[in-house]
Amino acid sequence: MAESIEITEELKAVLGVESEPWTHEVTTTSVRAFARGVGYTDPVYFDEDAAKAAGYRSLPCPPTYLGTPIFIPGKSNDTFSGPKNTGPSLNHGLKNVLDGGTETEYFDDICAGDTLTVTSCCADLSIRESKTTGQMLIVTSESTYTNQQGKVVAKQRGQGLFY
Amino acid sequence: MPLDWNSFDEGSSLPELTKKPGVSQLVKYAAGGGDFNPLHHDFAFPQSKALGSIIIHGRFKYAALGELVSNWLDHGGRIRSLTCQYRGMDLPDQPMTLGGVVKRKWEEDGDKLAEVELFVKNEAGKNTTPGGAVVVLKG
Repeated sequence: MAESIEITEELKAVLGVESEPWTHEVTTTSVRAFARGVGYTDPVYFDEDAAKAAGYRSLPCPPTYLGTPIFIPGKSNDTFSGPKNTGPSLNHGLKNVLDGGTETEYFDDICAGDTLTVTSCCADLSIRESKTTGQMLIVTSESTYTNQQGKVVAKQRGQGLFY
Repeated sequence: MPLDWNSFDEGSSLPELTKKPGVSQLVKYAAGGGDFNPLHHDFAFPQSKALGSIIIHGRFKYAALGELVSNWLDHGGRIRSLTCQYRGMDLPDQPMTLGGVVKRKWEEDGDKLAEVELFVKNEAGKNTTPGGAVVVLKG
């Protein structure tokens, strides 16, 4: 349990520094794999004719699915599948982490056939008191998803709770 | 049927969704979503052993809340935002009830909008994953 956490100038310097871009692919197979993993039965996420009848270009991304990061051994994280390099690291020295929550904002449809370019940054740092773990450092990371036409189609924010 | 603007009011409930994901379902989710943390499929993993079980991906529950909203919309609109907080762990092979309530319904710049509050309740009735969404309807 951390006695006291301080948001130092060194930590603040990381705020807003963008990672190298990484490619996420949205394919008919990847949409089906995600929809199947969640347990959807809606044919719009599996059958291209059903998707077109519902007004989509191709199979649409189910909510929360923002494409599959391309996997390259050595450059990708073997456990979480995203790029290893997600921007500058935060040297806060806290060993434990919990996933606090996720927020996704959509600005347009994302369908199979789209290629998204993703950049991430640390968007916010704050401190929260917890009864069970003492002080926690709340790290909000934000990823921006831009499609092949250069349009920002989604932003996703996640909260890591470090203690 | 795609969701009709006149078919619901503030206070209306979304049709509930019940899920009881077992290990096989979590393995499918890991493959589709890309999260291969052994805490979600390997009972021999030290953190799983310490907890006495593997646990369901928080992101599985987030995606399932997305499915709940998608089923409600039935492509009669789109999600503008979807959020949730991970407040409690859920275990495999336990029933979870997902649902929601319309908190606000309004029109803005010609868009028909609704804000819903979402929940994932475990067998004991505890909301482990409170969330919310804003949707915009087509017609």
